[in-house]
Amino acid sequence: MSDFLLELRCEEIPARMQAGARAELEKLFRRELDAAGVAVGELTIWSTPRRLALIVRGLPLATEAVSEEAKGPPEGAPDAAIDGFCRKAGVERAALELRDIKGRMTYFAVIEQPGRAMADVLAAAIPAIIRDFSWPKSMRWGAASIATESLRWVRPLSGIVALLDGEVVPCEVGGIASGRETAGHRFHHEGLITIGNADDYAEKLRACHVIVDHEERAAIIRNGAAQAAADAGLTLVADEGLVIENAGLTEWPVPLLGRFDEAFLDVPPEVIQLTARVNQKYFVATRAPAQAGASGSGAQSTEVPACAGTHILANAFICTANIDAIDPAVVVDGNRKVLAARLSDARFFWEQDQKKTLAEHAKGLSRITFHEKLGTVADKVDRVAKLARWLVESDIVTPAQAGVSGRSARTPEMPASAGMTKNELANMAEQAARLCKADLVTEMVGEFPELQGLMGGYYAAKEGLPQEVAAAIRDHYKPVGQGDDVPTAPVTVAVSLADKLDTLVGFFAIDERPTGSKDPFALRRAALAIIELILSAKVTTSFRELISEDYRLHALGLVDRHPSLASDPLDGGFLSELLSPSVLVNGPAYLSRSLEIWALRDKPPLLSALLDEAGSPMWCPDQIRKTGGVRFEFVGFVDVVNAVNEYVFERLRERSRREGIRPDLIDALLPKGVRIDNRKIKIELPGLEPSQRHLTRKFFYFPNVRLQDDVSRVVVLAEALQAFVTTEDGANLLAGYKRAANILKKENYPPRDGEGDRPQGGGGDSAASAGIGGKSPPSAAAPLPPPRIGEGAALSYTPEPAEQALIDALAAAAPRAAEAVEAERFADAMAALATLRAPIDRFFEEVIVNADEADKRTARLALLARFRDAVHRVADFSRIEG
Amino acid sequence: MNAVPSFTPAQGLPARDPARSFQDMILNLHDFWSAQGCVILQPYDMRMGAGTFHTATTLRALGPEPWNAAFVQPCRRPTDGRYGENPNRLQHYYQYQVILKPSPPDIQELYLKSLSAIGIDPLAHDIRFVEDDWESPTLGAWGLGWEVWCDGMEVTQFTYFQQMGGFDCKPVAGELTYGLERLAMYIQGVDNVYDLAFNAAGVSYGEVFLENERQMSKWNFEVADTVALFDLFTKAEAECRNALSAGVPIAAYEQAVEASHVFNLLQARGVISVQERASYMGRVRDLARSSCEAYAQKMTPEWEAKYPGWVL
Repeated sequence: MSDFLLELRCEEIPARMQAGARAELEKLFRRELDAAGVAVGELTIWSTPRRLALIVRGLPLATEAVSEEAKGPPEGAPDAAIDGFCRKAGVERAALELRDIKGRMTYFAVIEQPGRAMADVLAAAIPAIIRDFSWPKSMRWGAASIATESLRWVRPLSGIVALLDGEVVPCEVGGIASGRETAGHRFHHEGLITIGNADDYAEKLRACHVIVDHEERAAIIRNGAAQAAADAGLTLVADEGLVIENAGLTEWPVPLLGRFDEAFLDVPPEVIQLTARVNQKYFVATRAPAQAGASGSGAQSTEVPACAGTHILANAFICTANIDAIDPAVVVDGNRKVLAARLSDARFFWEQDQKKTLAEHAKGLSRITFHEKLGTVADKVDRVAKLARWLVESDIVTPAQAGVSGRSARTPEMPASAGMTKNELANMAEQAARLCKADLVTEMVGEFPELQGLMGGYYAAKEGLPQEVAAAIRDHYKPVGQGDDVPTAPVTVAVSLADKLDTLVGFFAIDERPTGSKDPFALRRAALAIIELILSAKVTTSFRELISEDYRLHALGLVDRHPSLASDPLDGGFLSELLSPSVLVNGPAYLSRSLEIWALRDKPPLLSALLDEAGSPMWCPDQIRKTGGVRFEFVGFVDVVNAVNEYVFERLRERSRREGIRPDLIDALLPKGVRIDNRKIKIELPGLEPSQRHLTRKFFYFPNVRLQDDVSRVVVLAEALQAFVTTEDGANLLAGYKRAANILKKENYPPRDGEGDRPQGGGGDSAASAGIGGKSPPSAAAPLPPPRIGEGAALSYTPEPAEQALIDALAAAAPRAAEAVEAERFADAMAALATLRAPIDRFFEEVIVNADEADKRTARLALLARFRDAVHRVADFSRIEG
Repeated sequence: MNAVPSFTPAQGLPARDPARSFQDMILNLHDFWSAQGCVILQPYDMRMGAGTFHTATTLRALGPEPWNAAFVQPCRRPTDGRYGENPNRLQHYYQYQVILKPSPPDIQELYLKSLSAIGIDPLAHDIRFVEDDWESPTLGAWGLGWEVWCDGMEVTQFTYFQQMGGFDCKPVAGELTYGLERLAMYIQGVDNVYDLAFNAAGVSYGEVFLENERQMSKWNFEVADTVALFDLFTKAEAECRNALSAGVPIAAYEQAVEASHVFNLLQARGVISVQERASYMGRVRDLARSSCEAYAQKMTPEWEAKYPGWVL
């Protein structure tokens, strides 16, 4: 068994790339040895800024000899064929064996692959590893770079140590030959060190001021920085990212504490911490609050509480030197000066920014493009402000959000638990939204983009704006990822939700949908954040309604930005009517479609090409773009609503998996294929030429189903469903349901409303009447399936006891379950379903569905169908696994 | 203001002291890099924003021929002017540039020795190579390297040029850019650039440049005739095209440098809107890249003849 050491030495590797490089080295080393048939056990991989090292123990001295057999031509084949086979297999003809294969004598070649010495395997592997190594960015260097094909590495590669049991594994890459010499610390050790073998490597380096194990360096920094703070009576602000970064910048880390001028503590602590961390890679420390008074600073801005908790930032920094300095105080003092210069810049920004109010800063947003098709950031802010207000005015976000479930439980006049009226909340939400992006044009956020939101919050507080508004400005980007705090303050929820909805819907509207690999506008994150906000604040609303309202605002904004649209001769009040709230009661679809028609109005040939076919999607952005000249650049309303809704619910499935809710239960609540659709409706629009009038008859409306698109409700229902199907009753009921459904399917007994398209959990028929504005004519409704013989009719025979029991149980349970779902008492709904379990089991045990008598058979099938439908009112059990 | 001491020829020259004289620091760098075989050039006689614009860097980074040069380049960044009131921001300052092509294997060691030559002891000061890649869209250039830290302060930009003018560097050149004032402030232990000793005979940096900073800041921000500047820009652009079409790309490149500086002045005057900014930058980029490209194309036959097998 042999031990192998590989060190690849180069000029300073960026700290952020070292972890990836270690993984890459391991991957490639295993790949090479796998290919040689060598099993590799545990590997040790280390990195410093100047080297990657790999140690593997227990390698075999040589690879195993392998004997392979190859089947050749049969006996009696032409000589040419046999010779060819010999050549290919690399054996003499005399060495061929004849074997009986199914009665036919056939030539076989036995090819002996001798074992290879491990040193040879490694000598071939090392150059391959180096050449195939993948860095985030790599470069060429030196005289060899006169050819573009010269070796690439992250920075110039300067040495290779390759020792197998202390013997050099000879190899060469890009003019660098392997050996046993390496370099120690850049400044503490001159000349080269000779390494004996894998065992003395780390210790020889340590003697030359190099700690090769990155974990060890990280521990020295972690503990040393904490100790340095403690020695000064302070508490280190732990920052594991900084620990790793500093470990990647040093071979001999020495944490040193220094002090900066206390006067800088006027600046918000986050700014100081960020300045220290980002620019200088320093840690900061806090002191206990008791000391604050004693120090007499009192300058800390505390209007918006800092994240530091009860501790207060101290005027200290901890830098990590890479040397045992002759006089550490000199190094500390140099670092102090640099930090002081950085902090004076920060303080300058802090003071400069406060010379204007946030509202004044916000004017600058009209100079920043959000997206060329979605207007400026000022345009976005305007939409977000309107949407935030709408969310409050529509009782979607309410003053007493947390803990209250369901809009139905409140009246609009309901007083706020936080002492805030609905009207106040609406005003604050709009105010916060109008100011929430203002800090983007401040100097501070220009310097530190990661302080967006936070700085706005500070400036708002300094300005004396209400605390709720300041907090909403500060937190409106949240949650920014999994595990981030989810806002619950109503003002913040309104602004955050509006901001993210506007982004998500906007980019879908301009057909910038994320794909599996590309999501440049972070829409997935926005969608996940929307879900978290909705669930955390217990917002209950139709998700499509949210999308619709935002789409409307986008469409309005588009018209605002394109005055030529508004000055269209077709107007005559038409446009303003289109965009008025009263028309919008009839649905944004109307607006959208009409706008499209109207934008296309002066392109009659195009119109007829695109808009003639009744019921088919009329909007075809690609075609429009190809012809050019059309100003309305949005994807049609229906497509956007469907796409955004599906996208968000797909994210909900993702989240459910993470949270331990079975995705099939979510699917059971969200049957596929339920989409809003376009149908014809009679509406006359003024001002159109007779030849174009037919266009106006096209209209969108929601199909006659109540759509299950309330995120909160789906999650609560899925949780209840999960609790139920994992009980014995639940599992058995599911089995009974599947049996019933199979029988019905075999009998070709159609589901009542089309398989999979059933309205779910929506209270069934009672809610299934509203098209947009209730105007949809009966003729446009989906055709009802033919009435079924025997359904609900009196039986022509005396039912068997088990049959009667099921009839009775259904009569009791079906309405109970439906009512419970409607009232959002989901546990009750499950309990109602549970009462069906025993009767359905007994029914299948004792009753023959396929009775010889036609009337019995028909009635029993109808009974099973009623059972199935009753279950369906809660969820589509056919989509539940198990 | 103190009178500059009258010059008396030294008998035996006093030992140079880079720790107490800005110019001695420069002279020591000159000596050091001269001893490494570099040509010691004088500054390019045009206004430019960085030493990288010097033809000894940009144009010489192209092509296969070895090239080793060192020089001081005065840099003008009009928007950085602070009327002489900020201790470390100047609209005019010096960079020390070293370009070594191909990059020698011991380039880092050479650089560290040059720091020793100006009095920086790497066991007294914490010297670090911190990732910092360089990119100049204007020149169609990029490279990988570091900013070199001395006790946390960036003192040098260290870059391996990978592309210039949109062409792969074959071979790669190593470029070192020392921030001279920063280094000197560090070595001399002063907190204000104007307090630097310019020489060992009592002349301060402030005596040399403070009034210049005041007047030039005022001119950059308040006085410069913007109509004339716009005109200059247009004329430089036209002249660049003229030179290009006449097959003299070095002259064209100079006009690109001119246009770039005039654009910076217009920026300082605040007369270029955000929307226009991108368009102006695009125009400068176009000039600079066209010039580099034309230079490379013009020189290629010669390079190919001298270095058989080499292609642009």
